Amino acid sequence: MNYSKKVLKYFAKPRNQGPLKDADAVATVGNPKCGDIMRIYIKVGKNKGGEEIIENIGFETLGCGAAIATSSMATEMAKGKTLKEALAITNQMVADELGGLPAPKFHCSNLAATALQKAIKKYQSCKA
Amino acid sequence: MNNNKGIYLDYAATTPVDKNVMKEMIPYFSEKFGNAMSVHNFGQEAQQAIDTARERVAKFFNCSPSEIIFTSGATESNNLTVKGVVKSFYSVSRKKGEIPHIVTTVFEHHCVLDACHAMKKEGLAEITFLPVGRDGIVKIADVKKAIKPNTILISIMYVNNEIGTVQPIAEIGKLIQKLRSNNQGIHYPLLHTDATQSVNYFDCNVKKIGVDLLSFSGHKIYGPKGVGVLFAKRGTPIRRIQDGGDQEYKLRAGTHNVTGIVGLGKAVDMLTASGKQQAIIKKIISLRDYLIKRVLTEIPAAYLNGSKEKRSPNNANFRFDNVEGEGLILSLDLEGIATSTGSACSSGALEPSHVLLALGLKHEQAHGSLRITIGKYTTKAELDRTVKVLKETVQRLRKISGNVLSEFK
Repeated sequence: MNYSKKVLKYFAKPRNQGPLKDADAVATVGNPKCGDIMRIYIKVGKNKGGEEIIENIGFETLGCGAAIATSSMATEMAKGKTLKEALAITNQMVADELGGLPAPKFHCSNLAATALQKAIKKYQSCKA
Repeated sequence: MNNNKGIYLDYAATTPVDKNVMKEMIPYFSEKFGNAMSVHNFGQEAQQAIDTARERVAKFFNCSPSEIIFTSGATESNNLTVKGVVKSFYSVSRKKGEIPHIVTTVFEHHCVLDACHAMKKEGLAEITFLPVGRDGIVKIADVKKAIKPNTILISIMYVNNEIGTVQPIAEIGKLIQKLRSNNQGIHYPLLHTDATQSVNYFDCNVKKIGVDLLSFSGHKIYGPKGVGVLFAKRGTPIRRIQDGGDQEYKLRAGTHNVTGIVGLGKAVDMLTASGKQQAIIKKIISLRDYLIKRVLTEIPAAYLNGSKEKRSPNNANFRFDNVEGEGLILSLDLEGIATSTGSACSSGALEPSHVLLALGLKHEQAHGSLRITIGKYTTKAELDRTVKVLKETVQRLRKISGNVLSEFK
């Protein structure tokens, strides 16, 4: 199983790692059976145009190298984006941004975007 | 072994070829290249080399050279055992609906499990997969209970490849011999053991352990890859499963891997003739115990998988709460330390190791496991560095995982 250099970089030095104390929404995906569990924390703010954005984001992940790297990448991609833009991030986009993932990793380990979408929807439904 | 590639702690996966082994192999690549089946001088030279290797291996197992079959490795030896014994069963006319029975364990290597599943799928045999205890050891009482009048083969590994637990093969051997002494003239049930992980460390005198068939690979004992052995006791009902030439007493067709056989012979010889093996084993046991003690005392929520006492000298299999195994081996590898895991993530499978699940571990526990296997080149300094890096890594990965698992409890 060969990981790209970028995957290894994001695994060894993850971005946005850790919980947010003042999170507006938290979402967890995955299950212990697969071995990968990801939790995303988001803090929502507003940009100059008044649109809601991901002001801050954090993650906690129990999982393999790919699970940690994709969590790290997904949070980096979402940070500063409007909620609409962040919702459009897919697991495929996260994998592409990492220079690809080994095939067996797509199933279990590439769920960070799903966790992000779940967190945003949770925030939106709580607000509504 | 600490070369520029880092610290190697995966000796159960494979071992480096010993320099003395390599030295004996080299002439057989292009200088003494003959086909052992050829009549001419070139062939005779190769045949002699094979004969020497066969004698060396026979001496180690305390058997006759004619009971040693060279194969491509333990996977082939195990396939030959399961399928060849079934084939032999059907080589005489059987009553309609008469089907043989095989007993094995749930935590065998996949080559045994899959060969058994294949026999079952083809409707050629029924299989009992014995459970193992939490300590990773098969109970003799379970073996006894599983044997039926139509049982033709019992295949139980000597030492488990993942958790290193030692199975009571000699006791099972006694049980089978007693059973068979009551059935005059009947060879069944045969006893086979996959001894791949035990040849380095445990008594493999086939008369003492009472097996009819025994498999192993050259590359686990500082010999080359692509060569192995099946010991098959004289008179054992087994048929070949690969058609072709008359090599290996017509049990294994295919041109001899002469260099490999020469290397395997030397590697086995070094286990018997050097007189150093006991000292090597003693050193490895003390290093393993040192490693286990340090990991269990210095890393919180760390556990040893499988029995501590009935364990191969070279194996330490740990699990750590709230850590996933692949992340662990990846981090260790980035620091130049080569280990392995039973986590599904490393193999591309979805399920974690069938061995760890067989012990009754939960999925997340199996996923959090790390196998460290040491060898004759391992040093204390290497283990000191490993413990230091392992401590930091477990701490780092636990920080990343937070307490996400608590949601599922």
